[in-house]
Amino acid sequence: MTQTNTIRVQLNGKEREVSTGLTVHSLLESLELHPGMVVVELNHDIIERDRYQDHAVSEGDTLELVHFVGGG
Amino acid sequence: MNSSTSWAVDEDAQSMTEAMIDAARALDGPLTIGGVEFTSRLIVGTGKYETNEIMVDAIRAAGAEMVTVAVRRVDLDRTKEEAILHHLSPDEFFLLANTAGCYTAEDAIRYARLARAAGFNEFVKLEVIGDEKTLLPDVQATLEAAKILADEGFRVMAYTNDDLVTALRLEDAGCAAVMPLASPIGSGLGVVNPYFIREIKNRLEVPVVVDAGVGTASHACITMEQGVDGVLMNTALATADDPVRMSHAMKHATLAGRLAYLAGRMPSREIAVPSSPTAGMLD
Repeated sequence: MTQTNTIRVQLNGKEREVSTGLTVHSLLESLELHPGMVVVELNHDIIERDRYQDHAVSEGDTLELVHFVGGG
Repeated sequence: MNSSTSWAVDEDAQSMTEAMIDAARALDGPLTIGGVEFTSRLIVGTGKYETNEIMVDAIRAAGAEMVTVAVRRVDLDRTKEEAILHHLSPDEFFLLANTAGCYTAEDAIRYARLARAAGFNEFVKLEVIGDEKTLLPDVQATLEAAKILADEGFRVMAYTNDDLVTALRLEDAGCAAVMPLASPIGSGLGVVNPYFIREIKNRLEVPVVVDAGVGTASHACITMEQGVDGVLMNTALATADDPVRMSHAMKHATLAGRLAYLAGRMPSREIAVPSSPTAGMLD
């Protein structure tokens, strides 16, 4: 894979290289995450679940992928 | 009998217990929070359990309908927790997302919005911590966040201290329920100030649910005897040697305290009064 095929994003607090041309939906797929189980914040905006396909992931984006865990 | 398995041994005993619980609940009305009706007045957390299987068994044993969950980053290295929804069906339990771990109103609002975007309900357990050591709430930040979230249509269940004035302000801010602590989170000290808990219950219109500090069954019972609408606990169940057995105990204790409150207790006095007739004694 050459340099131009990946972009750098901030993903859950860590810098990561991901493929170019991804949407939020395909990013989740590439991470093997079920879109229905995850809530996505892209550059501090919450992305509605039925709009995951509409949002492209671009160089320098900050993404937070959260879900429910045990808590009191 | 082995303590870790005995709870499940006798299915007849189990179903008899269920029937007794149903009969007892018939003596009590439902708990309505933010327009949603619950039969159980015991709300439980899902944190700190040794395994997800024990957690689910314990929640079922507690008879809880509403369960709290936390919002956290997905661990992309898959080394830690899995999503709790793999274990806990939203069809079986009403999920109450919390803002635990937040120290500012802004953070709590952010977590609440993320939780709502998961698409289950509009409820949030608002928790804004003000002090790391005691985990006591920052009531000013809680109030600020409560106002904003209530305006955004959230049904806010606000964790707060046992201060009446703060409780009144949270109600004014539009909270669906106010949740004063019995004692600090995870302390297991029980209700340290029953008078303030009673006073909050007496003065508020919205449901009062005591959240945090209950350690054992007697604490749950005493909490409910104050007349509050419900009790929320996590550590007392999750860190008991036998969480499932403790959950059974808490279910009974919560119900017992509630019925004792509704029944109206006898006045206490510091002199003895005989229960048997004093007349008709032999010479």
